[in-house]
Amino acid sequence: MDALLLSRIQFAANISFHILFPTINIALCWFLVYFRLRHTAAKGTPKAQEWEEAYFLWTKVFALSFAIGVVSGITMSFQFGTNWPGFMEKAGNIAGPLLGYEVLTAFFLEATFLGIMLFGRGRVSDRVHLLATLMVAAGTTLSAFWILSLNSWMQTPTGYTIIDGRFHATSWLEVIFNPSFPYRLAHKLLASTLTASFLIAGLSAWQLLRDTANKGTRRALTAGVVAAAIAIPLQIFAGDQHGLNTLEHQPAKIAAIEGIWHTEKGAPLTLFGWPNEKEGRTDYAIQIPKLASLILAHDMEAELKGIDAFPNAHPPVAPVFWSFRAMVGMGVLMLLVSWSSAWTLWRGRRLTANAGPMPLLLSRWQLRLLAAMTFSGWVATLAGWWVTEIGRQPFLVYGLLRTADLVAVHPPAMVLSTLIAYLVVYAGLLLAYVGVLMYMAQHPAKPTPEAPFSPKAATPIGGPA
Amino acid sequence: MTWNELLPLVFMGVMGWALLAYVVLDGYDLGVGILLPLGSDEEKDVMISSIGPFWDANETWLVLGIGVLLIAFPLAHGIVLSALYLPVAIMLIGLTLRGVSFDFRVKARAARKHLWNRLFWLGSLMAAVAQGWMLGSYLTGFDNGAWSLLFSLGIAVTLPTAYCMLGAGWLIMKTWDELQLKAVGWARTALWPMGVALVGISLATPMVSQNVFDRWFAMPQIIGLLPIPVACAVAFFAALQVVSKPKAIAAGYGWVVFASTVLIFVLSFLGLAYSIYPYIVVDRLTVWQAAAAHESLVFIFVGVAITLPAIIVYTIFMYRVFWGRASALSYGLADDK
Repeated sequence: MDALLLSRIQFAANISFHILFPTINIALCWFLVYFRLRHTAAKGTPKAQEWEEAYFLWTKVFALSFAIGVVSGITMSFQFGTNWPGFMEKAGNIAGPLLGYEVLTAFFLEATFLGIMLFGRGRVSDRVHLLATLMVAAGTTLSAFWILSLNSWMQTPTGYTIIDGRFHATSWLEVIFNPSFPYRLAHKLLASTLTASFLIAGLSAWQLLRDTANKGTRRALTAGVVAAAIAIPLQIFAGDQHGLNTLEHQPAKIAAIEGIWHTEKGAPLTLFGWPNEKEGRTDYAIQIPKLASLILAHDMEAELKGIDAFPNAHPPVAPVFWSFRAMVGMGVLMLLVSWSSAWTLWRGRRLTANAGPMPLLLSRWQLRLLAAMTFSGWVATLAGWWVTEIGRQPFLVYGLLRTADLVAVHPPAMVLSTLIAYLVVYAGLLLAYVGVLMYMAQHPAKPTPEAPFSPKAATPIGGPA
Repeated sequence: MTWNELLPLVFMGVMGWALLAYVVLDGYDLGVGILLPLGSDEEKDVMISSIGPFWDANETWLVLGIGVLLIAFPLAHGIVLSALYLPVAIMLIGLTLRGVSFDFRVKARAARKHLWNRLFWLGSLMAAVAQGWMLGSYLTGFDNGAWSLLFSLGIAVTLPTAYCMLGAGWLIMKTWDELQLKAVGWARTALWPMGVALVGISLATPMVSQNVFDRWFAMPQIIGLLPIPVACAVAFFAALQVVSKPKAIAAGYGWVVFASTVLIFVLSFLGLAYSIYPYIVVDRLTVWQAAAAHESLVFIFVGVAITLPAIIVYTIFMYRVFWGRASALSYGLADDK
């Protein structure tokens, strides 16, 4: 294997591993804000303890996910330089400031206030603590804003001019708000909402099935199910819009997604099949006539460009084709599971309005279904990212900079050695993460009982404790 | 000097500030990580508690430092990081291990805690050694000659020692009783090797680089530069006084150890900056040659001018919230035990 392929695998492994954790945390932090607000609103009633326990368990999940997200993110920021120096040399004038704004406005905000959010509850007032939690939530969301802006610019570059082979910005507004950015941002934030919702609902369902629930489990379960049920139709709409935007700006990606090999009028929609790259056709295809043209161009006879329209400038078909179907399939499952659970909860809502402890409305098989869907957000997110990232190959900056031209020249053995080291670490961490998540769900340590707020007397450095 | 020429220098300053902040701040928590095996099981918990709220933000300074290299000097970014490929990978794996161990050790089942403690130590050590190696390699202009490698090796061994000194100084301020006494002992052990190594590196640096030699050993610069080694020596002996006199700690002068070490770090840093200026890749690329396009620097300068002061303010606020002795880390509402 050559250094290019190894570097690509290494970056793909790194970014795929990294994205799992911010995807949970962007939305999870807003769930925590919500739990905190409900806790404050319910002060003095038994409900307060329920929200407190929900907050406590999911804060632990947040802290753990945050730590892994931070360290894998640091790794990424270095790999730009170690493996893709050509990218920064050519596009650094644009990529640099966007990454810089992410560090300055988002990373410091979340990392600094995280300390207060996690460990400062006994040391600051309730209001300051809530503010710190809000800052962390704002930081994670801002971070998504900047990094997705850069990613979108690499997919649909605007607002630049090229001087001596290097990009220069002509309009920062056009750079930041490039054509695919609003769609990608909406799609990603909703993906995060769904990922966190199904994680919360799934793990809570599993706690109920294993009889290890705490007082907050049913609150968390309901919050997760309701959020998922609201987010999934929005996501399907956003995804569709994103697809139309891609057709306009990156038609080769759509051709790979749909498995359209030759430009044709009234293109059929391929549900399943086996992309055959060599022969340039999809074997065993199950197709619905004219539907692709209808969906993508809202016209049964519209012409859709095929792979053959992009010689030497189209992505490999099979991985894009399959990833897209995995993402859509997962989306359909999410719709069915969240709506059926939400429907059950809705019908029994009168029972839950009473002051007593929340009754369990979902049946065991519904809980099992939710538990099985715990990590469905991860599957859909990864599949979606692979569609968009593999789909823009062979370019790093679409149509302008080719991936192969930007890689660092390293001995393949050296890249292979670090790749293996990263893969071992990531595999170990993933196992440990899922294991600890399940362990925490089964052993929900009780939060310490509520105590009146008592500010610590500040002791000077070196002074008596 | 025109605005066009000034901006790259400003960003050199920002990068220097970020890296200095990183080395001092993450230095103490890496140091605590390296010292971890020396504490008893309960002491390990206190040691980790003392850095718990801070380590994440501390590491963000590294991201800013490397970020400014990428933003302001994209040409140097590629050269520096591809030349440091292996030590960077080792550092990243080290930082990964320690970052996650910090959380796993209290959340995983109790039987696994030892494993995570060990990984926390290993990760801290890997990161510190790799950073030392990177610094040495950077200063020699990525030369692979035997003397240069020996020089890098020297720094790779010294930096963890200096981090231990910072870590011990931190623990003297944040802990009490037996653990505090232990920390004083660790500081006493680390102080001399650190001092000797720093003197050695200071003498070796002009030897491996003619440029550095010319800059330091010429009149009248040498007189203007004299305060740097003198102040380092004063800081060293202040720390030495405090760690060898238990009464000084009891009287509340424990902070001197940390402050002196920080002062030595700051002065060494200034000395290095003076040695290298105006190069960003030693003897190859100056800050102006490596700088990004002017419009990009202006765009990000606005952001830096607004956010950096804000970051410093809320970082100070955070340190004030957790001022004083370390307490058990708790996500709950209750007061610390």
